[in-house]
Amino acid sequence: MKVDVVRNILEANDAVAADLNAALSARGILTLNLMSSPGSGKTSLLERTLTDLKDEFNMAVIEGDCQTENDARRVAATGARAVQINTAGGCHLDSSMVRDATEKLGVDGVDILVVENVGNLVCPAEFSVGEDFKVTILSVTEGDDKPEKYPFIFAESKVMILNKIDLLPYVNFDVNRASGFARSINKDIEIFALSATTGEGMDAWYDWLRRERAKKKK
Amino acid sequence: MHELSIAESLIKIIGEEMAKHGLTKLHSFKIVYGQISAIVPEALETSFEILTIDTPFAGAKMETEVKPMVVRCRQCGHEFSPSLEERVIMPCPQCTTELGHEIISGRELYIDNIEAE
Repeated sequence: MKVDVVRNILEANDAVAADLNAALSARGILTLNLMSSPGSGKTSLLERTLTDLKDEFNMAVIEGDCQTENDARRVAATGARAVQINTAGGCHLDSSMVRDATEKLGVDGVDILVVENVGNLVCPAEFSVGEDFKVTILSVTEGDDKPEKYPFIFAESKVMILNKIDLLPYVNFDVNRASGFARSINKDIEIFALSATTGEGMDAWYDWLRRERAKKKK
Repeated sequence: MHELSIAESLIKIIGEEMAKHGLTKLHSFKIVYGQISAIVPEALETSFEILTIDTPFAGAKMETEVKPMVVRCRQCGHEFSPSLEERVIMPCPQCTTELGHEIISGRELYIDNIEAE
């Protein structure tokens, strides 16, 4: 016999993510899921953000990588609380992993929680981890057609950060083309062009963080 | 790659539905996925086969249906499905506005039905 099911296959992950988001939101915490290819600058962006905003916000980070604690160490060196998840080959974080990590981390008094996902432009987009927003970094050394090639992750993201703009004189990257592609797939996406290394353009990103955190506190 | 964890979730849902209806033998199941959901059906099928070796679900057939991406024009509100060539610059058939449309569907991934006894 035929049985109609019509159930979202990722419902288990989505249910844990929804519960986690509700628990974090109840504490007024702004939670971000930070994604990109490996080497785009997720950790560098966090290092600069955590350093520059350390007197404004209590920020904590959950790091995800296949192996090593390198990123958690870099983040902790700024003075922020951090824990590392190692997926041992898994290509993305899921909500159960992040929920367990928040318990290990302790989120008392945290204003902004950032989950730095495994470097990967494909899989992380499919798995909510309890975040309010997905933020995807595209660096200018990766080619300006990536929003076209990887539409799903940019369709799901609230923010696209174009990183490494200090290298624009040395690469064939058309900022308008990349932005146009991203906006065609996601009309509401916010785009910040910056350099985590030199600090150029960071203010717009910080202002966005301030605005969104203020909304969570209400 | 992650089709394996998706297949795990899928098998769990099928098991729940079969238990709900007192069914024991799975013949086939139908997956519906959106055009921009980033699912590779062959990988999902292989993952399902691997995970069901020597289990009651072994041998069950997977059917798939793709749902096209549907967008709503940000200018005139007209809903349309861009052709495969028009995935980035999507001219609205009604007013020719090319960018910034709202995606209404195309990202889904769900199990539609099962055939079992």
